Amino acid sequence: MRWLSRSYLALVYLLLYVPIVVLIVFSFNDSRTGFNWGGFSLRWYESLFNNHAMVQAMWNSLWLALTAATVSTCIGALTALALHRYRFRGKKVLNGMLFVVMMSPEIVLAISLLGLFLLLGLKLGYVSLLLAHVTFCLPFVVITVMARLSGFDERLPEAARDLGASDFTMTRTVLIPVIMPALMAGWLLGFTLSMDDVVVSTFVSGPSYEILPLRIYSMVRVGLKPEVNALGTLLLVFSLVMLMLSQWILSRSKQ
Amino acid sequence: MMLSIKQQPFRAAVLVLVWGWLLFLVLAPNMLVVGASVMTRNPSTFISFPLNLDAYRQLFNPLYLEVFLHSLYMAAITTLICLLIGYPFAWALSRVDKRRQMLLIFLLIVPFWTNSLVRTYALKLILATNGLLNSALISLGVLDEPAQLLYTEGAVIVGLVYLLLPFMVLPLYSVFEDLRQDVLLASHDLGAGRLATFKNIIVPLTLPGVLAGVMLVLLPAMGLFFVPDILGGSRNLLVGNVIKNQFLDARNWPFGAAASIVLTLTMALLMFAHRLSKRRLGEEGA
Repeated sequence: MRWLSRSYLALVYLLLYVPIVVLIVFSFNDSRTGFNWGGFSLRWYESLFNNHAMVQAMWNSLWLALTAATVSTCIGALTALALHRYRFRGKKVLNGMLFVVMMSPEIVLAISLLGLFLLLGLKLGYVSLLLAHVTFCLPFVVITVMARLSGFDERLPEAARDLGASDFTMTRTVLIPVIMPALMAGWLLGFTLSMDDVVVSTFVSGPSYEILPLRIYSMVRVGLKPEVNALGTLLLVFSLVMLMLSQWILSRSKQ
Repeated sequence: MMLSIKQQPFRAAVLVLVWGWLLFLVLAPNMLVVGASVMTRNPSTFISFPLNLDAYRQLFNPLYLEVFLHSLYMAAITTLICLLIGYPFAWALSRVDKRRQMLLIFLLIVPFWTNSLVRTYALKLILATNGLLNSALISLGVLDEPAQLLYTEGAVIVGLVYLLLPFMVLPLYSVFEDLRQDVLLASHDLGAGRLATFKNIIVPLTLPGVLAGVMLVLLPAMGLFFVPDILGGSRNLLVGNVIKNQFLDARNWPFGAAASIVLTLTMALLMFAHRLSKRRLGEEGA
């Protein structure tokens, strides 16, 4: 039984990772057709960085992910604190709405936001992308922070208040340091979700602000483009670093 | 909770910000979609009065009904395959020792953090006519000439399973983690065989995880329009493709909105089933 379950695990992991390994190996392949090994080469990385529109899209995506993650972490942290500490009317509704955002199919969120932006006459571009990305990142930040707060000694904020700290001061000096690891993990998750998003961005982006996932999308729809292998490998390394960073932050804070 | 006057401004500011964001960017847009679905298509303003149910009627147009049913079918097969692979996988995962478990979970969520378009594209490298799988099968002598793997229904399903499997495994893993060994031992001691234990103890106790996994896989499997775009060709469309085409190309908002409401209702139904199964467990497990 034991070896059976072990080898089953190994098989599934193998299947999950074969495509990724193939992608990485092919990104160093010199041959254009891509299926025969033409020797080691960095030409696809070179052509990637010589492509001006591609580099621009990369910067746009990075900036969008950076700002969306930051805004959603700020709002998400405040939301989590409010849900944790305050009693207010409609708390269940608020919780429910966050849950709905997280569970509902991305495409539903996408069309509803597109409708809103067009109704308001908002030009589709950076601002519409930012609003949309913050919205779908928000529940993930809230959950991460709430999880951290749930295992937290309630007597600490009480003590701070007994010692005369105002709510704001107490939040700044007691709660924020406690939830710091969750904030960082939530930020990294938001950053990655934003970098990866295709569905929502397809709807709410305009020609004035091209981002990486949409550029990749238009490249991979038809045929095979060796540059995508190189780009994919770079993105993989990038998200691996982000993920390890967030795991490290979370595990260090537990000790 | 006691609150002094001095504490009120901060609390008020937080609540206004949070409520404002959610009302403006979640509730209002969703209301808009509901509204759009009962309005009339208009080429210049997208939607206009009078109110009617034409969009919903159009869903039952045989042409679209066929697309919907085919999409539902592919999503159902995807979910079933994810469940069949994921259930034993999560079980096996929960029985590995703790230190290795962390590493394995990490390896499972790495793909989740990786660009899903790029991963779908990677599948294309493998499934293409002169791709790796065909070459391998030919050199092994299984095939004489390359088979058409790409741009088929199977390719779309493989793509969806590949992208969505972690979403099935994670909730299942968490219920298997909670499954206490003494319950299984008790079942054994009371004379139940392996099959009876599985049927009467393990399946009911892991049912909330199964439903959570089904929910997390089935709905995206109907919405991820880029998977058929890359792997499926023009015949294997998802509901997501229909909604996207109606909104962005055909500019038929009422119809797109009605289609997305059907999707949302499916989600609501699944969530209800999930809650129900959890509640029943809570009552029995007490």
